[in-house]
Amino acid sequence: MPTRRALLATPLIWASAFGPVLAETPRDTVVMAKRIDDIISLDPQESFEYSGSEICGNVYDKLVNPSDEDPTRIDPMLAESWSASEDGRTWTFRLRGDRRFASGAPVTAEDAAFSLQRAVILNKSPGFIIAQFGFTRDNVADRIRATDDRTLVIEIAERQAPTFLLYCLSASVGGVVEKRVVLSHAVGGDLGNGWLRTNSAGSGPWVVRSARASEAVMLDANPAHPQPPRARRLVIRHVADPAVQLLLLQRGDADIARDLLPEGVRTARADPRFEVLSEPKASLVLLSMNTRHPALARPEVREALRWAIDYRGIEANLVADTYRAHQAFLPVGFPAAMTDTPYRYDPARARALLAGAGFPDGIDLTFDHASSSPRAEIAQALQAQMREAGIRLTLQAAEGRQVLTKVRARQYQLAISLWGSDYLDPHSNAQTFCVNDDNSDASTNRTSAWNCAWADADLTARALAAVKEADAARRVAEYQAMQRDLMARGPFAIMLQEIGIAALRRPLAGFRQGPLSDRTSYAPIAKG
Amino acid sequence: MSRIRALAAALASVPITLFGLILITFLIGRVVPIDPVLAIVGDRAPQDVVARTRLELGLDRPLPEQFIRYVGQLAHGDFGRSVMTSNSVGTDIARFFPATLELATAALLIAVLLGVPLGVYAAVRQGRWVDTVIRVVCLSGHSIPIFVLALLALLVFYATLQWAPGPGRQSVVFDGMVDQRTGLLLLDCALAGEWEAFWDALKQIALPALVLGLSNMAYIARMTRAFMLESLQGEFVITAKAKGLSAAAVVWRHAFGNILVRLLTVIVLTYAGLLEGAVLTETIFSWPGLGQYLTGSLLNADMNAVLGATLVVGLTYVVLNLFSDLMYRVLDPRVR
Repeated sequence: MPTRRALLATPLIWASAFGPVLAETPRDTVVMAKRIDDIISLDPQESFEYSGSEICGNVYDKLVNPSDEDPTRIDPMLAESWSASEDGRTWTFRLRGDRRFASGAPVTAEDAAFSLQRAVILNKSPGFIIAQFGFTRDNVADRIRATDDRTLVIEIAERQAPTFLLYCLSASVGGVVEKRVVLSHAVGGDLGNGWLRTNSAGSGPWVVRSARASEAVMLDANPAHPQPPRARRLVIRHVADPAVQLLLLQRGDADIARDLLPEGVRTARADPRFEVLSEPKASLVLLSMNTRHPALARPEVREALRWAIDYRGIEANLVADTYRAHQAFLPVGFPAAMTDTPYRYDPARARALLAGAGFPDGIDLTFDHASSSPRAEIAQALQAQMREAGIRLTLQAAEGRQVLTKVRARQYQLAISLWGSDYLDPHSNAQTFCVNDDNSDASTNRTSAWNCAWADADLTARALAAVKEADAARRVAEYQAMQRDLMARGPFAIMLQEIGIAALRRPLAGFRQGPLSDRTSYAPIAKG
Repeated sequence: MSRIRALAAALASVPITLFGLILITFLIGRVVPIDPVLAIVGDRAPQDVVARTRLELGLDRPLPEQFIRYVGQLAHGDFGRSVMTSNSVGTDIARFFPATLELATAALLIAVLLGVPLGVYAAVRQGRWVDTVIRVVCLSGHSIPIFVLALLALLVFYATLQWAPGPGRQSVVFDGMVDQRTGLLLLDCALAGEWEAFWDALKQIALPALVLGLSNMAYIARMTRAFMLESLQGEFVITAKAKGLSAAAVVWRHAFGNILVRLLTVIVLTYAGLLEGAVLTETIFSWPGLGQYLTGSLLNADMNAVLGATLVVGLTYVVLNLFSDLMYRVLDPRVR
């Protein structure tokens, strides 16, 4: 029978057996704690999730790269120069001769052509970013071709704004893979897709060493890169709980924590051992209004809803540090972005607008939202705020994809939606928020505007024209005018823009976040 | 002969139970109001890609046809492909389940090795202060939510006392050092002769196993105490005492021996519960187990993964139940 003494001694045995566990990551290894269970693939022509795109952005180089300081400027990356024909349809890229893949082989125009063709042929989620220039499986081999080792020719179907093509080529899907290596792992015509999901064949600063879904991704510095990272290895560990991420950072088991909640951010900011970086992300939180509902079909009612939201209150009280109030459809960090916030909380004005629209007693609406944080808290706040304006919301909490299913089927009244841009060009957001050229249920172009059953012929035409506008200044002006018009009459109340937070353990440096996941850079990362 | 017949009957119930499980899980997967195509192609995919994927998945076919097709796949050992990880579900389960098996087994060992003696001790000392302390501890262990216990354990043993390493199944320096043979990291390290990695893995598993073990120990100790109290009042115990047997012989051989069958049921059910994957413990300790996999799959509407993981959990219950039935026959002379 166990004695009392033995029972009491158990914790001491435990302590002496294990002793103090010293925590510090190796000097040449950087450990990042992050939620990475969204990763489906590390193949640049397939990856479309936040974490996967971020890693692809550090493993693969693209032809061109928007400047970090000024996103309206596009810098060379693998291509040293480029030019367009007079009709704007034929683009010729001259590749640098000094870039090499991790295998040591030089990056050729044939590799670049293969990579872009691969995006179209595989036709995975991000494939449309390249295919939208008129490429199909049948014509892509002719229209994207290498004429010699350093010359790549791309023939697009019709003239577009020059920056539109370049921004799309700078997206993660435009990452250049090494053709020989990828094809050597091809199985059954998959163009090496199965292998590339957990391996890499790029020329970027990092190489995938191992990738285990929902567990860890290990990257090694690419010695063939002209400026190889100073750290030898980067380990991205899946840590789902933000509180645990903070603990790891505090103990020195992680050098970077990426998903801290507001209270964790405050703790990290107050600690001199850490540096907290915050950068706006191209991710918006908005209220979608289904105009199939008779009341929401009235522009005055939609405007009333926009006046019945306390944007600053939500920012300050619910999502401080991690979101900021934003009302235009282009997020900060994008070309043509606007920071105008014309709407503020004014329930009296909202009530007057409702009365003017024929609803003097207010209206009742159902409101679908994901049950996860912070959308659930935002929904509850909106319910309270809108009640003051006579808008009575019935909350319908559900799992995120369930809400998305309802929104895509247009079987909702109000819903909280998230929108993350696909590439850095303003058309990425203009297309979804402004374009709806077929409002029927059979439409094949189901944009966010379509989800709201809202078709505005004027904005649709202007968005489709702006993407072809060659004059950069005029293009910016047009997108800004469209943002103002959408704010005034659209079926959305854009409320917040996400802020990317990263807490770094000093003296770590060289980590930089971008507005899009694939613009987040680990390239010069190093401890001290 | 009757023993063989009983065994055959028990084995025959397995396929029926599994078929019922497959049917129910499949139906639940199809009636949830989430479009499974969205999980695969994403919410930005063009409508033609959505329609093509729906056709490829056979979601346009009648439900009975879809079910027959799914059972046909399962019969060939094909659980389908996980959307979340891009792997075949079988491969995923082979990776995630051993992590849970390792953690659950360690936790069960802690729970049984502490819970059973504590329960017996409390029963023998019924009404004394030791009994009160054990009951309070057990009540607390059982009533404190596991995620609170896990976070507290991390805060105390990892962040403050620095006795335990941080979350994860292995330290960064040992990551990838040992090839996966069985998926059970401790065993793989031992088989590879990597004793430093083994020691590291042992340290990593200690805290999550202790948290899970203590939580389950509370239940096992309470049940043991209750069974023992009843058993100690039996006439056979009075007889044993009257025969002049030692206190230890009376308690362990006679009283404890009499509760073994019931206790086995409690332990087996506890083990089955642990093997489902302790979602919250796995999340807080970043333990790549079945619980995390199943939860992630559910939230991503990854129905192949949900069905596959659910089947494994169901199969685990069936096997443990069968094991429990067989053990009854060994432990209980009346059933022999």
